[in-house]
Amino acid sequence: MPASISVRDLRKRYGDVAAVDGVSFDVEPGEFFGILGPNGAGKTTTLEIIEGLRRPDAGTVSVLGLPAWPRNSELLPRIGVQLQASSFFERLTAREQIRTFASLYGVPPSRADGMLETVGLTGQAGLRTEKLSGGQAQRLSIACALVHDPELLFLDEPTGALDPQARRNLWDLLRQIASSGRTVMLTTHHMDEAESLCDRVAIMDHGKILKAGPPAALVRELDQPLRISVQSGLMSEESAAALGGATKATDDGVSLTIATSDPSDVLSGLARADALAGLRVSGATLEDVFLDLTGREYRA
Amino acid sequence: MNRGGFASLSRAMFLGFVRDRAALIFSILLPVLFLVFFGSIYKSTSAPKISLIEVGRVQLLRQAERADPGLRRVLTITPGDSLSAALAAVRKGSKDAAVMERGDRLVVRYSIADPTKAGLVNSVLGSIVQAANQAASGRPPTFALAASQVEDKSLKPIQYVTPGLLGWALASGAAFGAALTLVGWRQNKLLRRLRLAPVSTRSIVAARIGISVAIGLIQLAVFLGIATLPYFGLKLTAAWWMAIPLVICGILAFMSIGLLVGAVAKTQQAATSIANLVILPMAFLGGAFIPLDFAPAWIRQASYVMPLRYLVTGMQDVMARGEGPASALPAIGILLGFTAVVGAIAVRVFRWDDI
Repeated sequence: MPASISVRDLRKRYGDVAAVDGVSFDVEPGEFFGILGPNGAGKTTTLEIIEGLRRPDAGTVSVLGLPAWPRNSELLPRIGVQLQASSFFERLTAREQIRTFASLYGVPPSRADGMLETVGLTGQAGLRTEKLSGGQAQRLSIACALVHDPELLFLDEPTGALDPQARRNLWDLLRQIASSGRTVMLTTHHMDEAESLCDRVAIMDHGKILKAGPPAALVRELDQPLRISVQSGLMSEESAAALGGATKATDDGVSLTIATSDPSDVLSGLARADALAGLRVSGATLEDVFLDLTGREYRA
Repeated sequence: MNRGGFASLSRAMFLGFVRDRAALIFSILLPVLFLVFFGSIYKSTSAPKISLIEVGRVQLLRQAERADPGLRRVLTITPGDSLSAALAAVRKGSKDAAVMERGDRLVVRYSIADPTKAGLVNSVLGSIVQAANQAASGRPPTFALAASQVEDKSLKPIQYVTPGLLGWALASGAAFGAALTLVGWRQNKLLRRLRLAPVSTRSIVAARIGISVAIGLIQLAVFLGIATLPYFGLKLTAAWWMAIPLVICGILAFMSIGLLVGAVAKTQQAATSIANLVILPMAFLGGAFIPLDFAPAWIRQASYVMPLRYLVTGMQDVMARGEGPASALPAIGILLGFTAVVGAIAVRVFRWDDI
């Protein structure tokens, strides 16, 4: 099967800024693909070029085997786009909203109502969209993008301004959508979101893709030591660093953190010294991958 | 699929309009209140009347009233006690003249603060004295006055107030509707979302035009319904139905202004200010608020570059002046030409999104 999305050497400049600077990747059918990066990295511009909203300065984009630019009315019914929670008609109820979008695609109202149920908004169907909570509006927005059953779904920062509870609910919904065999492409600046949802993630910064792969593989490749931390002051930095398997130890006054690639040795050493109070073991995350790639802390 | 798009977009826009209280107030309620207000105040100033204070008993007035009962329509007479109180009332302007009898003389004291009233007092009382002298001579009058009105071509207030205020209501409804929809949809990215749906730009524009025209025709119906009530007394002349194509072309012209404003403005507040800056001066200079028949020459000259002028005078001609249907055609042509030019500029500066 050909790739759902195929991007080759994409470039787009705004004045002096190279917003997208030679980006290439493929998204396979059925894949949940994410572009992860801080704000201003060029994620949204890349997504908009693939959606066909912007014309690239150079490079090629093919979506479901068709060119994305110029606007292709054959392609449009096969893709679903969720832009923002507020991209609605003014003063319509949730049901009127999704039925309007449905009819643009020639989809009957019954299916629109079914979609409302899928995203759990049947109870809010009669509410005007201005009255929906952030999470509900986001769900409706995704329902409107899915109402015509597209093969390919684009999501731009879907959990942008949501509280943690609403984010987790939305993640469940997105996993459910992805499990139906649809291809999903998402941009996000949340590391945890990319880690938890995406089959494959591309890390982007300053218009370039730094690395792409499954989140777990990216972290593993980093081969970063584990960090074992206990309460501060249980033992001195020197004696901690001298434990078997420890490569480095620092005490920041709150906790004593020991870096190691051989955690069992360190843990047994700590146990012998009866210094296990407040024990936490943490591995590397995508944040460490970003730090490793760019040399700076990740700040969304 | 395109037809479905047109129908559902029209429906969505119409619901958005009727649920928008501010839009309903500004495009229908406020103009109607203005119509009721101006229709009423101009009505009551039509027939000038003079009010007299009768100091003591004035035999001549009684006699004149008996001879001509119609006198009551131009005169109101109230009895007064003292001369000084009567004069004070005339000085204040609450009465037009004090009248008393001194032997054979009818004495009148009046103020010239209102020259029209002063002249009227002199001529009415003068003719009463004349008639009394003539009757005292015991001979039948030799000459008689036969007065009748010529057909009155000048407009009654309600006849220019209605097309003027309606023109203003149509202009602001169409311009604000188009500008605010365009800016709002661009700001909340709905415009981009629609661009990614299989619906043509033509369907979106056609739906917006259809809704604006429908709102314009509702405004026309409401205005005519109120102005033709017996209380306001607008009598529509034969070719009034030509107001319908005029309204449609006027809506197109003002929508093109709205689209241009919407293409330039970045926020809805900016769009509102710019549209006000265009529409309000035009309402004053284009004959909507000040009838061009009474306006100073410079306003009349300025009005020729205002599309609102052609909408207002065109509607006046067919609705009130009794001109034939063809009289509206030049106005329709000018409005359509204006639409083509401004619409073409709006299309050139149009943006799908903010960047």
